[in-house]
This record gives sequence, structure tokens and C-alpha cells, in this order.
Amino acid sequence: MPRKDITSGNWAVAEAMRQINPDVVAAYPITPSTDIPMRFSEFVADGLVDTNLVTVESEHSAISACVAASVSGARVMTASSANGVALMHEIFPIAASYRAPIVFGLVNRSLGAPINIHCDHGDSMAERDSGWIHIYCEDGQEVYDTTIMAVRIAEQKDVLLPIFVCQDGFITSHCFEPIEFMDDDVVRKFIGERDPLFPLLDVDNPVAYGSLVLTDYYFEIKRQQVEAMKHVEKAYLDVAAEFAKITGRNYPLVDKYRTEDADYIMVIMSSAAGASKETVDRLREKGHKVGCLRIRLFRPFPAKVIVDALKGAKAIAVCDRAASLGAPAPLFTEIKGALYDAGIHIPANTYVYGLGGRDFFPHNAEEAFMDLINKKMSPEERYLGLRE
Amino acid sequence: MSSLKGWQDLPLATTVPASTSEAVQTGQWRSMRPIWDEKECIHCLQCWIQCPDKSIKANADGKVTGVDYFYCKGCGICAAVCPKKAIEMRPESEFIEQ
Ligand code: SF4
Ligand code: SF4
Repeated sequence: MPRKDITSGNWAVAEAMRQINPDVVAAYPITPSTDIPMRFSEFVADGLVDTNLVTVESEHSAISACVAASVSGARVMTASSANGVALMHEIFPIAASYRAPIVFGLVNRSLGAPINIHCDHGDSMAERDSGWIHIYCEDGQEVYDTTIMAVRIAEQKDVLLPIFVCQDGFITSHCFEPIEFMDDDVVRKFIGERDPLFPLLDVDNPVAYGSLVLTDYYFEIKRQQVEAMKHVEKAYLDVAAEFAKITGRNYPLVDKYRTEDADYIMVIMSSAAGASKETVDRLREKGHKVGCLRIRLFRPFPAKVIVDALKGAKAIAVCDRAASLGAPAPLFTEIKGALYDAGIHIPANTYVYGLGGRDFFPHNAEEAFMDLINKKMSPEERYLGLRE
Repeated sequence: MSSLKGWQDLPLATTVPASTSEAVQTGQWRSMRPIWDEKECIHCLQCWIQCPDKSIKANADGKVTGVDYFYCKGCGICAAVCPKKAIEMRPESEFIEQ
């Protein structure tokens, strides 16, 4: 029987990890993701998992150990945030090109300086070209469910890519809310055993990873990774459909909230979608045809489903919890590109909000919606919740 | 370019078959060639021990039989350690066939 418990986003990841029982976890704690390896280490100490928990001296070593274990054939998980993620940066593209299906609990936090432990998406957005799959979750339930689905998506043979399961630091990671957990045996049956393609421990078929290639083969290997990314959407949809059959919980690539007949749509990611959806309901009561489109899968970018959701709108507001200093914000850039490719020219405003954990309130969302409704459109970046 | 594989024919994940160094002709790198003089050699095996590429050939009786030019990189260690100066390093250019 599935059970409900009052749990935080971090503990939800740790609980998923207990049920997944990965072969190896190599981690180094950093706020706000610390709870994940901390709680998981209790499961290890209590003998509830068989995992080899590798405690290392830095995030760089943590992800390096993860890569080595993963290409050896192990099922591997870890977690980190912000500057920890940044320290791992060097190894992320290696993990991706070695096709190491590591499942990574990424708890979003702003990058220093100034030092700040609260949420924005600057840490994961800086990794958007590292070759990893990125999924952004709205709440703890979604974090738990996505962590379990991520194992299957990452390990699928025509995908074989590492995956970030992102949740908002503190807002989701430390907020206690009711979460429904699956039974251990149901989780284990759902994820099955890992069947690695070229495990280093297979001494009868020895391979070497990452040998030197120069101008001759580097390009071709990147092209293989491009191809793997093309298989992610189908893998995701297959796994999500199977998951929905077991749990009744559906996770499409994007979460469309009252967008079907909407004239004005806000595009947003992660926990701030809550304030946006509440604002949609309020404005709908006043007769405004508004909707919210929440992007779950960010890498690979599901351009087609996004265009389908937006194409009927009169204007859109794209909200980024990250800035690309000196250029348009990351989500906005992708949305514009997707619409351009589809030959659709919808007026679009770009808003940056919530940097360094600044709260995003329904009145912030309303401000953006009212810009659209009142036709206050312009290409300049705007800021929600900023003191001028 | 034509002999190089396209992306669809490459093994995945940067992998290549392991334990393949025996197939690599490191002798291609050589610019100086060790010439072994059988008449001077006293078969002390110093060259055989010191060669970093296992390129001095010796038989089961512990006698040097020659140099394996498929692997010999021409480092000259064998010539330097030989107590009888039975190995001479000569430029590869002398051996280019016209
Ligand atoms: S030149 Fe160097 S590589 Fe060649 S046989 Fe002598 S010691 Fe070995
Ligand atoms: S070191 Fe000189 S003498 Fe000794 S085995 Fe080699 S070639 Fe012969």
C-alpha cells in the first residue's frame, strides 16, 4: 500500500534513494542539498541499503567517483547545489560523454558572490550545455516521483545520459508537505536492475573510456550525444506513462495550466508555478483568459510541445529564475528560438525574478500578466520583486 | 578522411577496445635507429633489461637476437647502457629507401 507522510523535498529524494538502493553514492554536503546525503547516510548506517557510500573531500571528487562507478556498471546517485555544482562542472561533460546514467538531486541555489544559500536557477542553468538531461520539479511529490522515473530514463539504452532532477532550494527542499510514497517492492520492480552497456568490470570484454582523440573523432562523439538527446523525449514519455499506470500521477513534458483557451500565458519553471497558477485562477475569476505553462523538461528542450501550447496566445510572459548577464535570460532565449523556428511571432515579455531566493508572490505574477493584458510589451528585460 | 569512421559507426561512450597497445606501431616515431653488432655483443642483456619498449629481442637461451623495429622508438638507452658499445644509433634518414 502506498503511504503518505509529511516530508521535505530533500527527504523525498533520500527516501527515493533508499528504495532505489543504488550501488554507489559519492557525495559531499552543501546547503541546501545537505539533507539528501545526510539522511541517506543514516539509511546506510542502519543497514537499510547495500550502497557503497563514498565520502569524499570535495564535490569534484564526489562526481569523479560517481563517473568511475557508473562506467564500471554501478547504479549511481548523488546530490549537490550551487558552488558545489560549479566545482563539479569540469566532470559533468565527461559524465555525459562517457554516457554515465547518474541520477543527480540538484537542489537549486544561487551562485556566489555575494554568498547566498537561497534559491535561484543560476547553478543548473550554467550546466545547460554540459550534456545532461534537466528536469525541474514544482513540489516534493514531483521530486520524489521524478527521482524514481529518472533512473529508468537515464539508463535507457538509446539514451544513457546523466540526469539532473532539480528542485528549488529551501522552498521545496526544506518545505514539509504530504508526499505519497510507493511501496519498496513496487519501486524496485519499476526500476529493475541496471544492465550496463560497456561496464569496465566486464573483464571478458575490456574497453577503455575517454582515450585521446583530436581532430579526428571528437566531433563525431559529440554528434552521438546529440543523437542520444533526441531519444530522451520518447524515453521520458514511455517511462512517465508506465509510472502513471502504477501511481495515477501524470507528468507530461510540460505542465499546461488553463492554457487551452488562454490569450495570455506565463511560462515559468519549478516552485514559482504555484504562485503563477493561483494568479491564473484569480484573474480568470475577473474574466481574463490567462494560463500558465510550466516547463518540466528543459534539456533536451521540448520545443514542439511548447510551441503547441503557446501558439494560440496573444502575448506571453517568460519568467526566468536566472539571468544571463549581457544577454536574454536562458528560458526566454529558448522559447523565442522555438517560436521563431515554428514561424510564430507572438509578442513576448521577459522577466527575471527570484534571484538569491527573493520571494515570488502572486502579486508579482499578476504584475506580469497585467503587462500582457494592458499591452505593455517591449523586448527589454524586466524584473519582478526587485527594488529600483 | 575516408578511412575514418562516421559517428554512427563509432562505438558509444568514448569507448575503444582495451589492451590494444600491441597493435600500435610505436616504431613509426623513431628518428634514430639502433644497429646491433652481433660480433661485439657479449649477451649481458643490459639492453634487454633497460629497453622501455621491450624492443630488444632475446631467445630462451638468454641470447640477444636483434631489435624489434615495429616497437623500437629509438630512444638510445640500449646503446648508452651497452658495456661493449655493440649498439650504434644511426639516423633513420640513412635507411630511407630511394
Ligand atoms: S633505442 Fe630505445 S626503444 Fe629502441 S631498442 Fe634501444 S632502448 Fe629499446
Ligand atoms: S648491452 Fe650490449 S653487450 Fe649487452 S646484450 Fe646488449 S648489445 Fe649485447
